[in-house]
Amino acid sequence: MDIGLKFEQALLSLDRVAAREIVLDGAKSMGAIEFVNEVAVPVLVKIGHGWEEGTYALAQIYMSGSICEEMIDLIMPPADPDRIKQPEMAIVVLEDFHVLGERIVYSVLRASGYELQEFGHGCKVEDVIEKVKQHGTKILLVSVLMLRSALLISDLVKRLREEGLDVKVIVGGAPFRFDHKLWQEVGADAMGMDGMEARDIITKIIGGEA
Amino acid sequence: MSSESMTSLQRVLTTLGHQEPDRVPLFLLLSMHGARELGLSIEQYFSKAEYVAEGQMKLRAKYRDDCIYSFFYTPIEVEAWGGEVIYFEDGPPNAGRPIVLDPKQISDLQVPDIHDTACLAKVLKATELLKAEIKDEAPIIGVVVSPFSLPVMQMGFPAYIRLMYENREMFDRLMQLNEDFCVAWANAQLEAGATAICYFDPVSSTTITTRDMYLQTGFKIAQQTIARIKGPTATHMASGNCLPIVDDIAQTGTAVIGTSVMEDLAEMKAACRGKLTVLGNMNAIEMRNWTPAEAEAVVKEAIAKAGPGGGFILSDNHGEIPWQVPDEVLLAISDAVHQWGRYPIGVS
Repeated sequence: MDIGLKFEQALLSLDRVAAREIVLDGAKSMGAIEFVNEVAVPVLVKIGHGWEEGTYALAQIYMSGSICEEMIDLIMPPADPDRIKQPEMAIVVLEDFHVLGERIVYSVLRASGYELQEFGHGCKVEDVIEKVKQHGTKILLVSVLMLRSALLISDLVKRLREEGLDVKVIVGGAPFRFDHKLWQEVGADAMGMDGMEARDIITKIIGGEA
Repeated sequence: MSSESMTSLQRVLTTLGHQEPDRVPLFLLLSMHGARELGLSIEQYFSKAEYVAEGQMKLRAKYRDDCIYSFFYTPIEVEAWGGEVIYFEDGPPNAGRPIVLDPKQISDLQVPDIHDTACLAKVLKATELLKAEIKDEAPIIGVVVSPFSLPVMQMGFPAYIRLMYENREMFDRLMQLNEDFCVAWANAQLEAGATAICYFDPVSSTTITTRDMYLQTGFKIAQQTIARIKGPTATHMASGNCLPIVDDIAQTGTAVIGTSVMEDLAEMKAACRGKLTVLGNMNAIEMRNWTPAEAEAVVKEAIAKAGPGGGFILSDNHGEIPWQVPDEVLLAISDAVHQWGRYPIGVS
């Protein structure tokens, strides 16, 4: 069976033992970065599309992304030089404490070889501004659950501009899935419908192939 | 029938019986908008049962919808379990940090006593006040969060999904506690005067869980829970998809299904015909930017797709209209359903 198909099945059946074996064998025979680009990322893309098409559910997306992230860490730990060279990047949940989407995006990005800071959950606009300054963030992913929090992103973008901070703001979360113009209304640079779209947007921003 | 000859309750009961009433019933499902009517902050508004009862009566008089919504805010149930509620000036109160940080804590959880829990007692009092006012003119819709969906607030979503897949013993324990709470909470609202209970169960939607997982979990839990609720129930997926599990949902004993705008209303109606009444599915997020003409067009389309034959209640797709939706849009929705919703349906 094709290695991608095997890896997909291992992730969807939450079979950590099989996933680990496939990742370690793949990294040995192909190289770590090649395994990530040629096997892990296409599998995550396929599973992500499955959610958009109604084949897979969000719980599977979360679990498979999380296991994939865990396994890729085995062959490409956080400080590995093979991890993708990128500007400082961070992810934050504005106001809410109960967000799944942020976890999925975080896992997908790390499983794809990116590194990013976690600014936390339930953050206020001013908390985010301070963290952006502190870390020199250049790409900020903002996840929200409630419409109110989505609209608050316009305040965040305004404050970032007032502070002269050159940050690309990528937004995502339920309100943006129900109103496709909302990301422009709040002044974001882009909107990702899911983790893989967020990854594609980041890849384009840093000048790579999506 | 060519004119409005029914009370709201008669209209709703007729459509629930899959017959055509005088007009398509409208459930606006407004909660915090009552604060605006009374000139109060959202936090002040939900601090007293009397405010909510007055607010609901004013909202119904203004928008001429067909139900009273005794729902306060979603995290009221996790507040009853000891969780924090965060208030905002311009949005629904939200749940604070999860109360279960480790699955082991589930063993120590105690089901709250409904009548001894101040936040729940407030809802019961508001329900009693509303029942005394509205009598049998319109249905009062109470709300519970399903035992299967409450853990999203109790534990946080990621931790709950892990529990579901990886720790079935603690999952089952939590479901039993939540089921006992849900049944007691629903029945207390019915005793206080609620006509029916809206069973919010977004985790059961196919957006969140697979059908296989649903059949092993949310489906069985809904069957057991709904069987113990001493009144009619409506299941709501709070914007989640459910078309692939409509036949399963019909077997849980519920009478109504709240549907997402992501699914076609005509397809949903066809799948539900004779089994479930369809509630939905106006886009609650886009609604704030609609013009009155756009609102009218949305209502006409929904009525054309789902109105014929009864078994349809026009509503939003989430079960709560956002604070940002202006009066003119809500009035336009109401005007449109009163104009175009009369049976026999004339729009196509």
